Amino acid sequence: MAAAADVTFQRNILIKAAFGSAALIALALAVFLGGHVIAQQIISGLMLGAIYLIVAVAFTLTIGVLNFLNFTIPSLFMLTGMIAWALLKSGLLSFSGSWSWLIALFGGVVVATVASLLVERFTYRYFKAKHGDATEHAIPLVSSLGFLLIFENLVILAFGSESQRFPVPFKADLHLFGLVIGIPQIVSLVSALIVVAALSYVLKQTKIGRALRTIAENPEIASLLGVEVTQVVPVLFLLTGMLCGLAAALFTVNYGDVSPFMGDNIGTKAIAGMVLGGIGSIWGAIIGGLIVGLTETMSVHFLGGDSVEMVIWGLLLIVIIVAPRGLFGHAALGKGKL
Amino acid sequence: MSGYASGIVAILCINLIFAYGVYVTAAAGQLNLGGAGYQAIGAYAAAVLSTQGWTPGWGTIPAAMIISALVGFLIAFPVLRTRGVYMVLATFAFAQVVSGVLLRTSLFGGAIGMVVPDYLPLSVLILAAVLTTLFVFFLMASRFGLAIRAIHDDEAVATIMGVDVRGMQVTVFTIGGALAGLSGALYAHYFSFVEAQYFNPNLSIFVLLFVLIGGTQTAWGPLAGSLFFTLIPEALRIGGSWRFVVFGVTIVLMMAIRPEGMITRTLIARISSLFHRRPSSSALSLPNARPDLPDARMGDQHAK
Repeated sequence: MAAAADVTFQRNILIKAAFGSAALIALALAVFLGGHVIAQQIISGLMLGAIYLIVAVAFTLTIGVLNFLNFTIPSLFMLTGMIAWALLKSGLLSFSGSWSWLIALFGGVVVATVASLLVERFTYRYFKAKHGDATEHAIPLVSSLGFLLIFENLVILAFGSESQRFPVPFKADLHLFGLVIGIPQIVSLVSALIVVAALSYVLKQTKIGRALRTIAENPEIASLLGVEVTQVVPVLFLLTGMLCGLAAALFTVNYGDVSPFMGDNIGTKAIAGMVLGGIGSIWGAIIGGLIVGLTETMSVHFLGGDSVEMVIWGLLLIVIIVAPRGLFGHAALGKGKL
Repeated sequence: MSGYASGIVAILCINLIFAYGVYVTAAAGQLNLGGAGYQAIGAYAAAVLSTQGWTPGWGTIPAAMIISALVGFLIAFPVLRTRGVYMVLATFAFAQVVSGVLLRTSLFGGAIGMVVPDYLPLSVLILAAVLTTLFVFFLMASRFGLAIRAIHDDEAVATIMGVDVRGMQVTVFTIGGALAGLSGALYAHYFSFVEAQYFNPNLSIFVLLFVLIGGTQTAWGPLAGSLFFTLIPEALRIGGSWRFVVFGVTIVLMMAIRPEGMITRTLIARISSLFHRRPSSSALSLPNARPDLPDARMGDQHAK
């Protein structure tokens, strides 16, 4: 039994290593054949992927622990950007001088986190209290669709539906071997990786992480073992709000545009990345997010702008049907994840 | 009837048929978040057939139904390999692919859309909506309806009772595709114009919400859901974004108060007991009348 598990484990490592090196070789080959243009595309793809992967991690956390596809995530993303823009525009932050953009983004993240906790109160906690278990059916999913509508349209009512310019404070580009790399882009990729590494550590090593993994395994047994499920689950939504807020802040600094619909596209692409990598796996979400980012820039480059949706969703449909576990997914959702 | 009123009635009829298309799969416990994809196939099939003149007269509508039923049938096999959240995502991805293909293909007019030459009067829409409603009521009252109810409640038990679970699931996807395609064809002919952007993820989400909020236990559910969400905003004269805020609040409240939807079997039993003068206790002790059990289940993700 243990030996069999060991063999599977080794095979998994081998598959991952093979996959990783194949990807690296493919990228190197692409750069070798395509030169600077392709290298530039790859860099842009990875930067875009960095934003997708943070949102994908947020999705995979809620779905992995609670079996709940949280559709409010796109609206949390959008809330961060729009609130930050509104704060900056209102002039409340003029005291802080040249750092006001950062404080505005921080304010946006706080609002998104509070909104996420509000969602927890009315989806998970409510149904837990009423039905004893909120993870087995679509009710939280439907409620979260309701919250998506509420948040998005309240923002439209408050700030209008146009896309707004968020003044980016630094415009420094790095020129490296003839490639243009934006400093915000580097910051976003690096901070995405740091945050996700920190999250992995928290899940693996800390008490709260163990509690979350126990709930992922089985909420009832978790509470029998002394995990205060009703107190631990809000932490998950706190993390979701903060991850979405971080992704949105990076996106806003990178692209300098906010709109009430900015979350929709990012959210659906992040779902695609999560499924590609395997639902419930953090490393899967990271790899999947990067793949979606790369696929997007590559299909824009080779096939034209309107092909992106078709390519990504076609890929996803094939993955769901042929290998529903994704690249790093586990056999049963709700078992042995994270 | 004024143009305003007839526009609302037309949208109501189209939404109702569309909602029944999603309902027949939801009644068997399969959540279809790709309704817009099936509707788009019906709408574009009717538009292309009508423009190219390949089918005589109103032959476009049954032809569009057959095409979308065929797509529903074929897509059911891969989609039914998935369960729960995966099925929601697979159907969602399917709709995205359909919309991407429509945008990219010049035969379908790309992003510009297509003008549909033949105009359909409102009376045909109303007739189609009434016939669809009667058809679904008949379906749910038949042995077939009993079988899909059994699948919805417990697939394993349904198999033991001799229900061909897989065959039934493929059938509901085919019927669902046909009804969604019908609503698309009617949309194309009534509004004389189709564009791929109309069949977006929001449309799929809304129609699924009509069904889930209305209730999946009886065929009254989609009727109540479509009527409620099409007529209430008009009656309240609220427009633009407030309409969606109210919609969102209603969804959250409904899920909190009546997670099994507006119309449930218990409610039907209670109402019919008023008219049949039966002792109300017998009506309320129906084996399925379990208001404490939430209806919209995702299927089993956790291995038991």
